[in-house]
Amino acid sequence: MSQNPRQGIGRLFRLRQEIPASIFSAAGFVVPVALLFLWWLITSLGLVKPLFLPSPGAVLEEGWRQLSEGILVSDASVSIYRILIGWLAATIVAVPVGILMGNFRIIEGALEPLISTVRYMPVVALIPLSILWAGIGDMQKVLILFLGTFFQQSLMIMDNVKNIDRNLIRAGQTLGFSNFEILYRIILPAALPGIWDTFRITIGWTWTYLVVAELVAASEGLGRRIMDAQRYLATDTILFGTLFIGLMGLLTDYLFKKSGRALFRWNNQSR
Amino acid sequence: MSTELKTKVAIDGVGKVFQVDGSPVTAIERVDLDIRENEFVSIVGTSGCGKSTLLNIVGGLDEPTSGEIRIDGARVTGPGRNRGFVFQSYSLFEWMTVKGNIRFALEKSTLGKAEKEELVRHFIQAVGLSGFENAYPQQLSGGMRQRVAIARALVYKPSILLMDEPFGALDAQTRGMMQELLLKVWEDHKVTVLFVTHDVDEAIFLADRVIVLASRPGKVKKDLTIKLPRPRSFELVTDPQFTVYKREILTDIREETLKVMALDRK
Repeated sequence: MSQNPRQGIGRLFRLRQEIPASIFSAAGFVVPVALLFLWWLITSLGLVKPLFLPSPGAVLEEGWRQLSEGILVSDASVSIYRILIGWLAATIVAVPVGILMGNFRIIEGALEPLISTVRYMPVVALIPLSILWAGIGDMQKVLILFLGTFFQQSLMIMDNVKNIDRNLIRAGQTLGFSNFEILYRIILPAALPGIWDTFRITIGWTWTYLVVAELVAASEGLGRRIMDAQRYLATDTILFGTLFIGLMGLLTDYLFKKSGRALFRWNNQSR
Repeated sequence: MSTELKTKVAIDGVGKVFQVDGSPVTAIERVDLDIRENEFVSIVGTSGCGKSTLLNIVGGLDEPTSGEIRIDGARVTGPGRNRGFVFQSYSLFEWMTVKGNIRFALEKSTLGKAEKEELVRHFIQAVGLSGFENAYPQQLSGGMRQRVAIARALVYKPSILLMDEPFGALDAQTRGMMQELLLKVWEDHKVTVLFVTHDVDEAIFLADRVIVLASRPGKVKKDLTIKLPRPRSFELVTDPQFTVYKREILTDIREETLKVMALDRK
């Protein structure tokens, strides 16, 4: 460490201080690359059996195999379809429920204890019931994704709505707007950047529930592929599938961030 | 000083008790106050004396637990377009431009489109925001945002303007400019103003009357008429008479602060 904190590496470790943008983004690359290198080193030195940890090359090869055989595209499209329907179903219910809970104490009082309890129930444990209720088709997968997303999402949307400046509502009342008009012309647009961020976070969670959703009675899907690979101890398939789901999650996150920025140009925080 | 004597706002035995964790807390004990048409009244007091609560009750945003408010003789039962509100937190519609914010306030008006546009233009100019019509609030400084809020509160021609520490978040220089701007707007567009602040200089500089509220529970401790000439400019704060008023109000507030501190120690 340098003597003078204004110079050298000490410059990067000042409390809450800005660092050059180039160094900031470089740091984000260095860590995964270092891990990748470590992974490569361990496997190429033969420190661990490929059964426990296949080499990066083997995982890439597996990815290429899935892509060229068309497995990846068909798996991904099935999974993306389920994610979209499951998340949209949750969102369509969670948005009005969250908005109502955030604005009317009576509805918060009526629903919040219930939702707060249910959200701690393990979704995996609901698989048997979900099969009983929704069969073994796509509906069952969608139901699991819905259950994994909805409860957290509605509580987060309630908070998004509660976080807006209360005086905005008062201004609306003073200007002669009705409750309904205030709801959809003032509260909703004011809360929308927050709600959009909730969308971004919750669709990430929906992705993490994919494997759980495709745990049983599925023949296709990114999650299914991983569960099948377990049977044959195909660690490279497991690793590739996991990394790919992570990548898809990252991509959706990025799309929501980008679109949020375009939609809410007026908002400095989302810039 | 106001020469008209018609009562605009009658605050009649107004009290407010809040329920805090199930036990009643008296914010305002009993306030009786008559405000005349086009009068500029400042309300000062220690924090927690209920001055914002009183303003909210006049605005119809809060209900009194006792007494009533009458505006032009009619009892207040809720918010209405005869009153405009300016909050300390600006509270602008941030997804709308400057122009959009002000125009939104006219939406419930029955005026024609051209008249509305003309009013919007007039008030943007009155608060000195010409050239910023299409800016979004987050692109503006605090002082400019509060000017948008003032224009938004005045554009639909309310007869009463309620201001809750509107300049409290601004730096001293901007605050001084905003006070002069407010006086100018008030003189050009006759309107009755109720102005809550904890800044004694600001209260005297702006007002025809300064009301000092006693704390816990709030009631009127002093009703002081400010006989300083108008139009007023910033030099006024060095006027000997200004200092006399200031000393009197500060003494009252200090008394109240000591009382509250003694209460807190118990």
